[in-house]
Amino acid sequence: MYSKGFRPLSIATVVALASALALVFFYAPNDADQGFVQKIFYVHVPMAIVALGGWVAGGLMAIKHLRSGDRSWDVRSYVAIHLSIILGVGVLVTGAIWARASWGHWWVWDEPVLVSFLIVFLLYCVYYPLRFSIEDPERQARYSSVFAITAGAFVPLNFIAVRLAESFTHPRVLSQTGGNLPGEMRLTFLVSLAAMTLLFVTLWKLELASKNASAQLKRLRTKLNARLAA
Amino acid sequence: MPALPLDEAGKYVAGAYVVFFTLIVIYVAIIGSKIARIERELEELNEEVGQGPSIDDGPEVRPPDQMAGLEAPRG
Repeated sequence: MYSKGFRPLSIATVVALASALALVFFYAPNDADQGFVQKIFYVHVPMAIVALGGWVAGGLMAIKHLRSGDRSWDVRSYVAIHLSIILGVGVLVTGAIWARASWGHWWVWDEPVLVSFLIVFLLYCVYYPLRFSIEDPERQARYSSVFAITAGAFVPLNFIAVRLAESFTHPRVLSQTGGNLPGEMRLTFLVSLAAMTLLFVTLWKLELASKNASAQLKRLRTKLNARLAA
Repeated sequence: MPALPLDEAGKYVAGAYVVFFTLIVIYVAIIGSKIARIERELEELNEEVGQGPSIDDGPEVRPPDQMAGLEAPRG
């Protein structure tokens, strides 16, 4: 069910990632201000956008679960949130590396972009203990969905905080007026963003397929044990 | 701060991309090990059921022209 179309998706992801890397290192010019170190931007920012998008998507899937009562939507929501947390770790680490190279510090507490992302990340870290402390599957799915929706609604605040922040240390990437990226950098960024999105969807499908197979196996074993006992 | 020289900036850039790819590789390896475990359990289940053949040596798929002559078994 979840493995449908997996092969073309995987191929598209590998091609997109390879293209993004080629554009980053052979096409996009070095930034006039930051120099070569600005190349971190092409992995850090798409990862942050996709992670935040994944958390919002997890909230939307949780709404679908609560509306339909179909537990498969809860599993989809869980996998999206889980993957976004992994990407979130990447965002924090690559951000710290970039901050060290650009500003001379691993972390800057008065930078709203960093702190708001950390708050969102820590908020989602609570999701695991909440989910796995509930044994009853129905309640676990329901409570997790409520959390996913509430936290998902909080995520856009992160973007709003960035827009409202007037700090010039964290440049705007895209805006309604076109942002301040030159053409080659913009193209490279968009390809990197597309590659990161494809990677997210591929890994999401991969984990869902694995979870689905595992659940089917469990059901088969239960049925077999019941027959053997009868 | 002024831009870092290439040799110094290169270490940071490499570090960031290594972090990203390491995360992905670890994630894929974990999922891969889960799938391997599922395969192993499936084989065990197959043996328990006593059906013998697994997916790898499952029923031979005949080309459509050979299947055309087959009749459905009658009761």
